[in-house]
Amino acid sequence: MSKKDRMSGNQAIALAIRQIDPDVIAAFPITPSTEIPQYVSAFKADGLISTEFITVESEHSAMSACIGASAAGVRAMTATSSAGMALMYEMLYVASSDRLPIVMAAVNRALTGPININADHSDSMGANNSGWIQIYSEDAQEAYDNMLMAHRIAEHEKVMLPVMICQDGFITSHGIENIEVEEDSLVKNFVGEYHPKKHLLNPKEIIGVGPYSISAYYYEMKMGQFHAMENARKVILDVSADFEKTFGRKYGFFEEYRMEDAEFAVLVMSSSAGTGKDAVDALREKGVKAGLVKLRVYRPFPAAELAEAFKGVKALAIMDKCDGLSGNGGPLGAEVRAALYGKTDGIKTINYVFGLGGRDIHVKDFFGIYDDLEALVKGESRPDCKHIGVREKR
Amino acid sequence: MAKENSMGNIHEKSPWQDITEGGFVYGPGNSVYFNTGDWRVRTPKWDPEKCRQCLLCFPVCPDSSIPVLESKRQDFDFGHCKGCAICAQVCPFGAITMGDAGEGADE
Ligand code: SF4
Ligand code: SF4
Repeated sequence: MSKKDRMSGNQAIALAIRQIDPDVIAAFPITPSTEIPQYVSAFKADGLISTEFITVESEHSAMSACIGASAAGVRAMTATSSAGMALMYEMLYVASSDRLPIVMAAVNRALTGPININADHSDSMGANNSGWIQIYSEDAQEAYDNMLMAHRIAEHEKVMLPVMICQDGFITSHGIENIEVEEDSLVKNFVGEYHPKKHLLNPKEIIGVGPYSISAYYYEMKMGQFHAMENARKVILDVSADFEKTFGRKYGFFEEYRMEDAEFAVLVMSSSAGTGKDAVDALREKGVKAGLVKLRVYRPFPAAELAEAFKGVKALAIMDKCDGLSGNGGPLGAEVRAALYGKTDGIKTINYVFGLGGRDIHVKDFFGIYDDLEALVKGESRPDCKHIGVREKR
Repeated sequence: MAKENSMGNIHEKSPWQDITEGGFVYGPGNSVYFNTGDWRVRTPKWDPEKCRQCLLCFPVCPDSSIPVLESKRQDFDFGHCKGCAICAQVCPFGAITMGDAGEGADE
């Protein structure tokens, strides 16, 4: 029987870690993910977990230690945010090319420059081509649930890729919510044990990990990663379906909210989706056919499924909590437009950048977005990409 | 390196499906299949007349390129010697001299 308990997103992740009891955690404190290793070290001190907790001198070392542990054949985890993830950058690519199913609790925080500790997605978006599976959570419940699914996705023999489970810093990581918590034994049963086929500590089969790959091999190695990422699509859906069967909560690549007959849709990720859903409800009261899609799985990118979901809409707002400063909108905007191209060409789109460095987004901001979409459909012009919630001279 | 070895039979014509997952290398001692000696810019020359078989040179070679057979050093493994000259520095009897890349026994 699951029970209700109140906790923050960080506590929910820590609880999942206690229940999973991974073999190794290597982490370095960085706001707002600091609490996760802090709770883990308390569990360790209290004898609640058998995890080897490695305190390291940097995030580069944290990821390196995870790589060593995972190559040795055990379950390895870490937690980080912002500049910490940036310092891991080199090793993120090593983890994925070595095909090591490491799991990271990522607590999204604006990437430094200027320094800021609040939520946006510039940290994990910067790592969105690192070969990691990326799953985003709206609230503490989803952070907990996604973490319970992470190892089974990562360790699936057709995948063997690292996974990061993302949640918004402070908004989710430090906000207290009531969540459904599953029994330890049921979680252990669901997650299962990890028995890698190949690992460094197997005396019967000596292996080398992470060899230099000259141009005659590098491309073929990348092709292996490409196919693993492709395979992850089905595995994510299968594990999510088993999760629903076991614990009753349903997950897919994304959540569709009041999309059945929607004409005006918003695509958004993580905690801001909750605010958007309130706006949708209010607009529906007024007879506006508003809907919302919350993207959960960003890597692998569900391009075909998103195009299908938006088939019936007239206008779509794609919302990036990150300005890639690419000159071509935010990362999500560029990818969704590419996904729609040639499949659903009638849809008008606006790419919004919002919420940078923890700037709040309100229900009324979403009203403005749906207004823009309606105006666009009526033939008025709107920019391809728009920054909202920023002070500017008119 | 299209040779049958402990890694299976991975070579430069192998399709991606035949490359091990994560590029894992199975079985030790694969260096022997990779001739890296052609990187060498200077080549050591061994004078067996001057050599007293003291065996100070072979353990210092970073590339294990001085084979020893029945307690006697043999000529260099020029398939792997990088020409670093450490062995020539170590030899107390002047039995190793450094020449140009092309000199010495050829791989
Ligand atoms: S020159 Fe260097 S690499 Fe060559 S045999 Fe001597 S020590 Fe070894
Ligand atoms: S160090 Fe010089 S003398 Fe000694 S074994 Fe080597 S080559 Fe011969």
